[in-house]
Amino acid sequence: MTLIIEQLLNGLQLGVMLFLMAAGLTLVFGVMGLINLAHGSLYMVGAFACAAVATATGSFWLGVIASLAAAAAAGAIVELVVIRRLYSRDHLDQVLATFALILVFSEGTRWLFGSFPLFLDVPAAFSGPVTLPGGIEYSRYRLAIIAAGLLIAVGLYALITKTRLGIRIRAGESDREMIAALGVDISKLYTIVFALGAALAGFAGALVGAIQSVQVGMGEPVLILAFVVVVIGGIGSVKGAFVGALLVGMTDTLGRFLLPVFFGTFMDPSSATSVGSALASMSIYILMALVLVAKPSGLYGDAI
Amino acid sequence: MLRERILNFVFAFGLLAVPLIAYVSDAPFVITLATKVAILALAGVGLNIALGLGGLISLGHAAFFGIGGYAMGILASHAQSYTLLTTWPFEIAGTKSMLIIWVVALASSGLAALIIGALSLRTSGAYFIMITLAFGQMLFFFAISWPAYGGEDGLPIYLRNGFPGLNTLDPIQFFTITYVILGLALFLSSRLSKSRFGLALQATRQNPERVEAVGMRPFNIRLTAFLISGMITGLAGALFADLNRFVSPSMFSWQTSGEIMVFVILGGVGRLYGPVAGAALFILLEHWLGGINDYWQFLLGLILLGVVLFARGGLIGTLVGREVAHD
Repeated sequence: MTLIIEQLLNGLQLGVMLFLMAAGLTLVFGVMGLINLAHGSLYMVGAFACAAVATATGSFWLGVIASLAAAAAAGAIVELVVIRRLYSRDHLDQVLATFALILVFSEGTRWLFGSFPLFLDVPAAFSGPVTLPGGIEYSRYRLAIIAAGLLIAVGLYALITKTRLGIRIRAGESDREMIAALGVDISKLYTIVFALGAALAGFAGALVGAIQSVQVGMGEPVLILAFVVVVIGGIGSVKGAFVGALLVGMTDTLGRFLLPVFFGTFMDPSSATSVGSALASMSIYILMALVLVAKPSGLYGDAI
Repeated sequence: MLRERILNFVFAFGLLAVPLIAYVSDAPFVITLATKVAILALAGVGLNIALGLGGLISLGHAAFFGIGGYAMGILASHAQSYTLLTTWPFEIAGTKSMLIIWVVALASSGLAALIIGALSLRTSGAYFIMITLAFGQMLFFFAISWPAYGGEDGLPIYLRNGFPGLNTLDPIQFFTITYVILGLALFLSSRLSKSRFGLALQATRQNPERVEAVGMRPFNIRLTAFLISGMITGLAGALFADLNRFVSPSMFSWQTSGEIMVFVILGGVGRLYGPVAGAALFILLEHWLGGINDYWQFLLGLILLGVVLFARGGLIGTLVGREVAHD
């Protein structure tokens, strides 16, 4: 039982992090109609900025601030120099150009930091376990990640529904030409949305960097998971991204935990582990396929 | 059109001439490079049918490339260890015969293309890109976590598989096999684009509503194209595994999908010889940039960005000097 609750919390933590990634992807797609493969690179930029600054100054918090700033700046620069030229292009050009950006970012980072992974320590205030009601011990840092992610989700919701910027973002999603005609500086809006998405990705990178190692290529597996989230939730829907992220996080974590146990009930332990883990690694994609069969445009997407 | 034909001839002839010269001057490494170009071009020819003719932006063709590779790896590993592949319902032994391996690679990658295509073609646009990418990644993780055939470490095959009447370990003879297959695939691809099916496929790219209005089903046409495309890429995977005598999950990785797409685009989307030009350019760049800088992919990324932003139509499009229809 304790183990299941722990795994549920791990699933929640993964889900919340995936949401931070997927929210940026889905916003950029919804507002600008752009498919951005380089989103994972911004996650990596955030993690590296955090690790580098935290190592240099000794403060994790300065690192987190640096990760937000670096990822947002990288996002804004990339938008101004490259992405801007791609809005009017078809998806093929966007895929290719952002694939090229991945190569540039990954190799550039390898050039600067070398191939060895960096390590980022959990801040002292959040290290060690915390005892939850019911006597369950759980990592204080992971719990803080969950809280931070949920706070950001609420903040993002408020930003999009309550503020002027949010109104513009939603207007941009439904009719780009019209809000340009109404005098909104659309190219500035695009840069802001892109930088916002980048900052979220960078933040996720920094937080996850403290529990995993910070290395080149860390962004792409997460990027592809975020794609699965976006496909399940429906492209352009932040709400869909949230629901999809939690679904994917839970399915992945619980699948890895439960499937080997399940196969262990009627198979010998070693083959149960191998069959179970092989199936578990496919579980979220099977979930995606099921959602697609039922609703091809995702849970909250517009019909296509 | 005429200029493109001349150019095609130059590429076809060049890919044959380089290893022949290398053979005479005893440079087996160059022959191996040319073999790699031919195999990767074959994978690109496969993708080009879905991407160039059908407008289906598949970022998951590594799935088929990898399945072809593992078809070879699994069959050959059983032959090499003299164990049976299955004992039930009937006994299947491994094999070291290229011909049988090719048939199995074609069939298994075709089956995968049918399943993946049937699911992902329910959607279009950006969804399709993300979904094909996700399915590719699914097989990647499966290959990593399935321990029977090497798992994460991959599967070495000590001897190259045999082809009747040829010594496949001789680089020039193996090159000839890949070159002939590439030629056949290009011939098929060119016939396909001019056939009734090919015309219908291009019509579904340009205007699916109209295709539907004249009584054809775009879904079936696209699925057929995706199937053919996946099978050709799968065959390339089997050959690539034979070239390296090694199969690993990296054949399934999303970078592989991206690279196959890069071959097609560097050369020119929808151009018959686009993948050949693209793969040759890619290998040349890898070799040349890799020689001047360890971080050659950084430069490759910049070059690729330049091609996408400024030289649309790829190498062939630029040389022929006419913007390719890009819809």
